[in-house]
Amino acid sequence: MTTWLAIGLTFAGCYAVKLLGLSVPSGALERPLVRRLAALLPVALLAALTAQQTFADGTTLVFDARAAGLAAAGAALLLRAPFLVVVAAAVVVTAAVRALAG
Amino acid sequence: MATEAHPPPTADPAPEDRAALRDGLGVGVAVGLSGFAFGVTAAGAGLSAAQACAMSLLIFTGASQFALAGAVAAGGGPFAAAAGAFFLGVRNAFYGLRLAPMLRLPRALRPFAAQWVIDETAVVTIAQPTRRAQRIGFLVTGLTLYVCWNATTLAGVLGAEAIGDTAAWGLDAAGPAVFLALVGPMLTGTVERATAVVAVALVLGTLPALPAGTPVLVAALAAPLVLVLHGRRGRVQGDPGEGPDGPEGPDGPGGAGARKAEGAA
Repeated sequence: MTTWLAIGLTFAGCYAVKLLGLSVPSGALERPLVRRLAALLPVALLAALTAQQTFADGTTLVFDARAAGLAAAGAALLLRAPFLVVVAAAVVVTAAVRALAG
Repeated sequence: MATEAHPPPTADPAPEDRAALRDGLGVGVAVGLSGFAFGVTAAGAGLSAAQACAMSLLIFTGASQFALAGAVAAGGGPFAAAAGAFFLGVRNAFYGLRLAPMLRLPRALRPFAAQWVIDETAVVTIAQPTRRAQRIGFLVTGLTLYVCWNATTLAGVLGAEAIGDTAAWGLDAAGPAVFLALVGPMLTGTVERATAVVAVALVLGTLPALPAGTPVLVAALAAPLVLVLHGRRGRVQGDPGEGPDGPEGPDGPGGAGARKAEGAA
């Protein structure tokens, strides 16, 4: 139930900002500081999400097979691999490390 | 699309219209396939097939969907989970601002077009030279991506459910890899890199102490923090800052839009 609530809230918020952009007179949000902040916010959130989903197990920090998978994804990214290849590299290496570790 | 009367009935569409069609299909299909990764991640996060599909149908902005799935998996409250996903979706408002004067949509169409205002449609639309080509680019990218993204979400979540233990297959690493693939191309300058480093430090530092879902929100403070520090330093040095805005982060459903556009072309 709380999952559906979270989905509903996210839908409402995300749709509202999409419509807002199309509807407000241009120039209303075009202040340089606002634009820079909007461009930088995803950087902060995505970097944090990457770290959290790699090194967190609940509220404890762990270093497990996912770290190896992420390193593989990073290497694929540096080699300019396509998006799905980057993701596949992480999945395959994580699975391989877990299989080897028993 | 080409229903307007053209003088020579046998003539091909204008080259820029065809280019817009090609761009839209290429980006739409390539990025749309990434819905598979979302479906798999959603299943691994414990979401039902109905929930995963509802997210792709309704939210339809990739980074937010992955973030929400991750937050649900981490066991955070619905408000903290939605807040993180919402902040990731805010940038779409800025795409809308740029697209509105290009597309000049009638008021009645805006609520429908709004759902497709994401990184990929913005990238393709802005790249077209004429209003007609821009409208074609927006429509074709939006439609192709929406259909593909939702179809592959369903395939991904059903496939993962059939597999069973997604962690044994390493599928829990798909989520962080997606985020890394999204953020990597954004780290173009010092400010972006500093923001990423501060955000990682904040999230890992607060993770053991704060309730699930909130560390990511704390990490979001890295953006204004770095911006303020950079602005202060810039003023001291008489440097107005770097570049106008930097490249817009291409990451909608599936993400890495610009890179994919290259690959798909």
